Amino acid sequence: MLAAILIMTGIALVLGATLGYAAVYFKVEGNPLAEQIDAILPQTQCAQCGYPGCKPYAEAIAKGETEINLCTPGGDDNTRKLAELLGREFKPRGALVEKLKTVALIDEQTCIGCTLCIQACPVDAIIGSSKQMHTVVSRYCTGCELCLPPCPVDCISMVEEPRTPQNWRWKYPVTGLRVVA
Amino acid sequence: MNLKIFTPRGGVHPDSHKTESSETPIRHVPMPPRLIIPLIQGSQGSARTIVTVGDKVLKGQCIGEAEGADGTSIHAPTSGTVTEIGRYPMAHPSGLSSQSIVIEPDGENHWITYEPLDPTTANRDELILRIQASGIVGMGGAVFPSHLKARSKINTLVINGAECEPWMTGDDRLMRERAANIVSGAAVLAHLTGAQQTLIGIEDNKPEAIAATRTAVDDMEPVARECLGTGKMTVIVVPTRYPTGERKQLIHVLTGIEIPPSDRVTKFGIQCFNVATAHAVCRALLHGEPMVSRIVTVTGNVKRPGNYETPLGMPIADLLAFCGVKPNTTHVLMGGPMMGFTLPNLDAPVTKGCNCLIAASKELFPPPPSEQPCIRCGECVDACPVNLQPFELYWASRAKNFDGAKYHRLFDCMECGCCAYVCPAHIPLVDYFRYASSEIRARDEEQKAADQARMRFEFRSSRLEREKAEKSARLAARATETRTKSAADAALIAAAAERVNEQAQIEPSLQDNAAPLYDQQT
Amino acid sequence: MTSPHIRQPASVQRVMTTVLVALLPGIAAYVWQFGAGILVNLVIATVSALAAEALVLRLRKRPLWVTLSDGSAIVTAWLVALILPSIAPWWLTVAGVLVAIIGAKHLYGGIGQNPFNPAMAAYCAMIVAYPALMSQWPSVDGVDFATQLHLILGGSRGIDGITGATALDTMRTGLHNLGNVQDILTSNTFGYAGGRGWEWIAAGYVVGGVFLLARRIIPWSLPLGFIVGMGVMASVSYLIAPESFPSPLFHFASGGTMLAAFFIVTDPVTCASSPLGKFIFALGVGIITWVIRAFGVYPDGIAFAVLLMNICVPFINRATPLAPAGQRKDRP
Repeated sequence: MLAAILIMTGIALVLGATLGYAAVYFKVEGNPLAEQIDAILPQTQCAQCGYPGCKPYAEAIAKGETEINLCTPGGDDNTRKLAELLGREFKPRGALVEKLKTVALIDEQTCIGCTLCIQACPVDAIIGSSKQMHTVVSRYCTGCELCLPPCPVDCISMVEEPRTPQNWRWKYPVTGLRVVA
Repeated sequence: MNLKIFTPRGGVHPDSHKTESSETPIRHVPMPPRLIIPLIQGSQGSARTIVTVGDKVLKGQCIGEAEGADGTSIHAPTSGTVTEIGRYPMAHPSGLSSQSIVIEPDGENHWITYEPLDPTTANRDELILRIQASGIVGMGGAVFPSHLKARSKINTLVINGAECEPWMTGDDRLMRERAANIVSGAAVLAHLTGAQQTLIGIEDNKPEAIAATRTAVDDMEPVARECLGTGKMTVIVVPTRYPTGERKQLIHVLTGIEIPPSDRVTKFGIQCFNVATAHAVCRALLHGEPMVSRIVTVTGNVKRPGNYETPLGMPIADLLAFCGVKPNTTHVLMGGPMMGFTLPNLDAPVTKGCNCLIAASKELFPPPPSEQPCIRCGECVDACPVNLQPFELYWASRAKNFDGAKYHRLFDCMECGCCAYVCPAHIPLVDYFRYASSEIRARDEEQKAADQARMRFEFRSSRLEREKAEKSARLAARATETRTKSAADAALIAAAAERVNEQAQIEPSLQDNAAPLYDQQT
Repeated sequence: MTSPHIRQPASVQRVMTTVLVALLPGIAAYVWQFGAGILVNLVIATVSALAAEALVLRLRKRPLWVTLSDGSAIVTAWLVALILPSIAPWWLTVAGVLVAIIGAKHLYGGIGQNPFNPAMAAYCAMIVAYPALMSQWPSVDGVDFATQLHLILGGSRGIDGITGATALDTMRTGLHNLGNVQDILTSNTFGYAGGRGWEWIAAGYVVGGVFLLARRIIPWSLPLGFIVGMGVMASVSYLIAPESFPSPLFHFASGGTMLAAFFIVTDPVTCASSPLGKFIFALGVGIITWVIRAFGVYPDGIAFAVLLMNICVPFINRATPLAPAGQRKDRP
């Protein structure tokens, strides 16, 4: 009896020590969690999650302060990836219509050059200076819509990116095994 | 001369259906009421409009200049008036529209003055520029700008007359009727690329074309002979097999070199042009005619199948009407039945890549049987010409497992359709591959955009931080300054007050006036 | 459907029908040697397979007709019937078919998704659950059709002399009792090369297998790998100790070797995917089968060998990817 207890304790100690040593010795210096989360987020910087940008939201998730399904542009796809990364449960955002990517467009006739939108843009995609007409560099625009509210003359509108053969995508095949319900 | 033929793996042998259209000579079509010429005709670049609405143009006159080094020019296919410049549907599976020039023919069909270039005397850059300015792109369907290919320096030039797609006979007819031009074009291309060996590969199901081309090679025009110099030109008969007409496949058959899908053919000292492209090069350089028309095979469910010399920009509906499309036609395919696509819109014009139009009916092209589950039978693996495992790609693509699809080398796939052709479960494999590859490309783009946005956001955040820091530093500096200044002021005031006090002691009568002044200042 | 717009006239039905046709010579030999009882079992298996398939498809809300008509269930049913003793009671056959169709196939997502060979899974389940029934085989000319029918319909099995052990069983028992291979082979159970009567059935399967190879329904790498695997092991052991290990010919002609070589390991769903991978897979099955036959306690080892190699398929696939075009080194 005593021998058995001793043997088991001995084995437990040896294994424990080995595992503990391995944990220290083979520690994988991975990306900090917040950066891994940030890599998944769509980088729209739209602040719709309630944080001032993707990075702050990623940091908040990493600290476990918030839900993982607050990202509107990323959608359920994003949430699923985050759930996988963090081992948390996937929570759908509910019926959200997938929006086509849009970019902001300033009506140059109406713009009064107030620079308010320039200050609002999280990725510095609007150029112009005081009393000068502003314009959006559509290449850099993430479609976050943060420039819309500050505009005093409502001269900014969101337009869909034009479809070209280059950015056109083939659809998922719809033939085949469908459920006959 | 090495005449050994090599056999690549895979491939299929579908019913050829060539005789429907191959037995009548190339015919001309009447000029339609209007021509729509899209500015984008090549795969790499576009043209920039140089005419305005109302301009009178001559046949062959440049109406769009090549944009950048990769673009190719476009020309008026007939004489007439530019009536509109606007967006028109493209012959593309997406059915999207593109910027196009509309010309109303005047019926005169007046050519510009021809300006041939003698390839034996003109310098190389000049010739290559002329190819670009003549708007020549690969006419096999890929529409890759020919001047970019002609720039390469190589040993072996392959001229592709395999035409392996069923139904398609444009190259066959062209070789039968205009072999001399093809050979001259090939000689010019050999001259430009410095190729010592020119191999013309023709599938053995086109005996007349082989005979005509052989005769043309034997009785080469003097200018072509001079271009070729010490180089050799040989016609090689290759076995009929789909997809031998794909350039890397044909190169493998002719030279035994299997070029990895990710490598360029020039890396192996080889370049490949289609026979129709060689023909166009000959017309452009030796005759001074830019590309204004092409041969289109119209076949399938039409009353008069055959090959038609069609002006570029002719609406496809007009061409089909001329060929007598039958009323029970369900849809129209552009390109061959193996790799072509269903035209979403028949108003789209004939472009430089439009090699074949097939009117489809239920009898000729029955709708595919319903898809069954994959049983991994391996038929697709045997048929794949690039040694992929299409069923593995299918499992990955179907599950949207894009990393898995990449692992199974999705991007080696050339979408030739052999796998789907043989699949006993009738799975539209190519559909899945196209979906997966376009999705992966789009996601890569998105990732790039996201990375850029992240960078810009972080830069902005740090800039704001810095500005804030700078501002507070500035404020702090000013505060200190103010403080020192006010301290100095206070000292001055104190000194002044002392002086006043001293004076007051001397002149007591002034004290009453001076006191309020201190209060105000402190 | 984008492209291609044309298709070769091929279908899963055609593949499955060819496999069924290829099984006919073997079945004919079976009937010739052991009577028509096997036909009854085949019918029972077919009916229960189709019923099970229909039931599960309905439950899974899948299109019924497309899958039911593709013939895959019938192939599974026939294989199950052929690997169970032909005098097994009807409910054993039905149970085997249910394990194959429902347990091994549909629970994993239906045809094409199952990691384990359904017929082999059924065999393993049955031999573990009913070892006694699974080792009662008819002896040649020993059982007339009426008796077979009686047994199949679940009649009492007390009659002696009509059932016997298979050649592999006799060999194993004999060797266990410290017999010598040559002495054992003189027993009535054995014919020219393998089990008496069974060698003819094996020959029938070979005929069917050659037909499948000629029609390119099965790749040569699988039967070859299996036969090489088993043949090498058997030959080496036979050369070293002929008194303790029977010859490779005996192995080939006994048990389900030829059925396995051409109809079991060739199941495309559960084998490896590349040609080299297929060869390795089949080689493994051959080796493990021999090991179980030589040292195990079960009458035949094919089923366990196949399932064990099924487990290894993902690893084999990972280890034997096809080389990209232009740098091929993947042919065995």
